[in-house]
Amino acid sequence: MMQDLLSGWISPFRLGELGIMGMNRRNISYISRYNPRHRYPFVDNKLKTKVVAQKARLRVPDLLHVVETQHEIESIDNQIRDLNEFVIKPAQGSGGKGILVIVGRDGDQYVKSSGARLTLADIKRHVTNILSGLHSLGGRPDIVLIEGLVKVSPYFSAISYEGVPDIRIIVFKGYPVMGMLRLATHASDGKANLHQGAVGVGIDIATGRSVAAVKHNQLVTHHPDTGESLQNLVVPDWHTMLLLASRCYEVTGLGYLGCDIVVDAVKGPLLLELNARPGLSIQIANNRGLLARLRHVEGLEDHYLSHEDRVAYAVANFRHYDDAPADHGAATPSTSILTPQGATP
Amino acid sequence: MTQRGPLLFIVCLLLIAGIGIASYRHNAYRIPILPGVQQTVWQVEARIEYLAQGSATQALLTLPPEQPGFRIISESGASPGFGFDLVTDDQQRQAHWTKRFAEGEQILFYKLDLVRDPGYEVLPDAPPDEAEQQIWEEPYQTAAQQLSQSVNPISADGRSLARQLVRELNQPTVTQNVALLLERYSPAQLITSLLNDNGIPARTVQVLALEDGRRRQGLQDFVQYWQDDTWQLLDPSGASADPNHVLLWQTTQPSVLEVLGGSRSRVTFSMISQSRPAEVVTQENAPGFAISLYSLPIAEQGMFKLIMLLPIGALVVAIMRILVGLKTSGTFMPVLIALAFLQTDLLPGLVSFVSVVALGLAIRSYLSALNLLLVARIATLVVVVIGIISIFSILSYHLGLMAGLNITFFPMIILAWTIERMSITWEEQGPKEVIMQGGGSLLVATLAFLVMDREIVRHLAFNFPELHLCVLAVILVLGRYTGYRILELRRFAVFNR
Repeated sequence: MMQDLLSGWISPFRLGELGIMGMNRRNISYISRYNPRHRYPFVDNKLKTKVVAQKARLRVPDLLHVVETQHEIESIDNQIRDLNEFVIKPAQGSGGKGILVIVGRDGDQYVKSSGARLTLADIKRHVTNILSGLHSLGGRPDIVLIEGLVKVSPYFSAISYEGVPDIRIIVFKGYPVMGMLRLATHASDGKANLHQGAVGVGIDIATGRSVAAVKHNQLVTHHPDTGESLQNLVVPDWHTMLLLASRCYEVTGLGYLGCDIVVDAVKGPLLLELNARPGLSIQIANNRGLLARLRHVEGLEDHYLSHEDRVAYAVANFRHYDDAPADHGAATPSTSILTPQGATP
Repeated sequence: MTQRGPLLFIVCLLLIAGIGIASYRHNAYRIPILPGVQQTVWQVEARIEYLAQGSATQALLTLPPEQPGFRIISESGASPGFGFDLVTDDQQRQAHWTKRFAEGEQILFYKLDLVRDPGYEVLPDAPPDEAEQQIWEEPYQTAAQQLSQSVNPISADGRSLARQLVRELNQPTVTQNVALLLERYSPAQLITSLLNDNGIPARTVQVLALEDGRRRQGLQDFVQYWQDDTWQLLDPSGASADPNHVLLWQTTQPSVLEVLGGSRSRVTFSMISQSRPAEVVTQENAPGFAISLYSLPIAEQGMFKLIMLLPIGALVVAIMRILVGLKTSGTFMPVLIALAFLQTDLLPGLVSFVSVVALGLAIRSYLSALNLLLVARIATLVVVVIGIISIFSILSYHLGLMAGLNITFFPMIILAWTIERMSITWEEQGPKEVIMQGGGSLLVATLAFLVMDREIVRHLAFNFPELHLCVLAVILVLGRYTGYRILELRRFAVFNR
C-alpha cells in the first residue's frame, strides 16, 4: 500500500545524489547569482536579443516587421498581405506565450500550424493583445515582431509534427552544459514548448546523439504524433550549435542562459531566442542532473577562453555515452592546461 | 552560500526581537498568550453618605493600596457638583471630594475595577519599625500577660504565634482572660496588641470581602503581622480567608473615611464580578498599553484585525509556492481571496467565488470577440464582476441567504484580473491549465483561510503584532531555501529507475 503511494515520488536524498537541480536552487544559486539584473532586457526583449545577436554576427531568423503602436495595426494587412508564412510574437513574451505561427494561406484566411483558420481580424486582435501587454511579463506594454517562418530542415521534418523543432542548450558561464531537442506536437499547437506538451529529447553534448525523450515529465521513446523513433538520433551541425550557444554568453553577459536554436533548411542553425530562466525538464530528457556539470564549471579557474575552447572543454568533459570512442586527447590542446583541480567530470 | 552570514544574523535578530518584545509585553502588560482566557473583573462601588451642614464640605476616602494579586484597571469618582481629585501623599492614596457649599444628604460614589491576577506583584513593603510594647490598663495588663505566657511557649515565630492567638480567641468556650480582654478590645485589636507585645510588628487593617452581588457591605478588621519580609494577612475570626476574595483596603491611613463639614457619614460597598476575555481586560488597562493596537479607535481596530492577518496569508503562500511548489494564478491573489473568505466563511465563499469566476469567464469569452484593448477589457470585466456580485447579493437576499451578501468583500479588481488571466490561459494552454492554476489558487486560499481563521492565530496576530517579525524571519529563511519542492519529488520521479 505504502509502496504504491510512494511509487510516483522520489526521495529528496536520491535526487540530491543524482545532482538534480530543483527550481529553488536554480533561482537562488544560479539565476540570481550569475545573471545580473540589468542584462535581462537583452533576453527578455526579443527585439534587443536580435539586435545584439546581429551585432555579434550571430545568425538569427529574418525580422520582417515590427509593430510598436496600436495605429500601425490598421496597416498590418499591407505588411502581411504578400506573406504566406510568418510568425507573430511578442517581444517580451515568456514561455512561448503569444506566439502565432502562420504556415499558409487559404484565400483571405491564414492557416495556423494546427490547421485552424484565422481571419485578418483575428490576427489584428492577437496583435492588439500583444501590444497591450497581455503576454509580457508583468503586463507591460509590448511590441510585436513579425518574423519569417523558419523552414524546417528535412532532417527534422520527419520527426517533428507541425511547427519548427528547436534545440535548447543551457550555457553556464559560456560552457554549454546540457542540450535538448524540442519537438512540437499536436498538443503543443506547433510550439516547441515543453509546458505546452512538446517532446524534449536530451542530446549528448559530446556527440549530438539523443539520450532520452520526455513529454510532460514522462519518458517516451517515440514521437506521439509522427510515431518516429526518438532513439539514436544524431543532431546535424551539433558543433556549430554549441559554438553559437557559447557565443551568447559574451553577447548577453548572462552566466546562466538557455539558448534556443532552430535549424533552417537553407541557412543552417539560427539563434531563435534566449532565456534567462531556462526550465528544468532538460534534466529528465538527458537522464542527468545539471548540478554536477554546473559545479564542475564553477570549479574552473576564471581564465579567459574563446568560445571554441569552451566548447571543446565541454565536449571533452560533459559526455553522456561512456561507451563512445574517447576523443579526450583529440578534443583540443586547451583541455590539458585547464583541467580543474579536484573537480571530476 | 556566500551571503548566508548576514541573512542568518538578520533572521536571528528578527526572531529575538519578535519573541523578546512579545514576552516582555506578555509579562509587563499581562497580555495572555492564549485567546479566550477569562479573567475575573471585580467592579467595586464605594457609596459615601453624609449630612452636610450647610457650609464648605470635603470628604476623603482612603483607597485600596497596590497589592499583590489584584490589578486595578480603572477607577472613577466623579459625583455631580463635587470637585474630585486623587490625592497621594506618603501614605495611602485617597479620593478627595470638595464642594464650596452643601446642605442635606450627600451621596458620593467611587468606582473601582479590579482584575484578580495571582501573578501580579507589587514593590515589596518597607520593613516596619520595631514592635512597640503596648500600654494596657489593669486588669487587662495582667490578662494580656497571662495570655501571652500561655501562648508564647507553644509557638515558634510570628505565624505560629498569631495562629495560636486566633485559636485561643475563637474557642467555643474562651478562657476567662480572653473573655475579659474581648470585653474591651475587638479581636483584631487584641491580636495586634498581643503580637506587638511579643515583639512581632503587627497592625490592624481593613479589608473588603469580595462576594459577587453583595451590596451595602462594610469593611472588616483584619490583622497584618510582619513575617518573612512581608505583611501577612490574618483573619481574626479564624476562618481561612480565601485570598482571591479579600481586598486590602485600608492599611496605613488612620481611617477609611474622613468628612469635614458634615455628620453621620458612612461608607458602604457594593460589588459584582464579571468574567471577560482577557484581551478586553488588557484593552482597558490603557496607560501601560499605549503602544498597542487597542489604543486605536474601535473601527480601525476592526480593520487592523484583518490587516494583521495578511502576513500570515503571505507566509502560507510562500510555503505553498517555495516548499510545495503549487502553481497559483497571481502570486498573492490567494491571500486576498482568503481574506474575503474570512468575511463570508469558507463554503459560501468558495461557492460564490467559483460562480463569479465561472460567469465572468463566460462573459469574457464573448468579450474576446469584440477585439478590445486590454485596459478597456479589464475595465469592462470590473463592471461585469460588480454586476454579477450585485445580482448575487440581491438574489441571495431574496432567497434568505444572508451569507451571499458578504460576497461584496471579494476584491473586485483582482477578480477581474483573475478572470482575464484565466481566460487567456484557457485560450493558450487549455482548460486543464486553468483548472490547475485556479485549483491551486483556491487550495492555497483555503489553506490560508484555515490558518488565518484559527482563534489563536487571530489573537496572536492582533495582540502581539511584534510576532510578525518572526513571520518575517521565516519568510526570509524560505527566501534562501535551495532544496527541492515537494511537487518536484513527483516531477522528477522518473529518475527512480
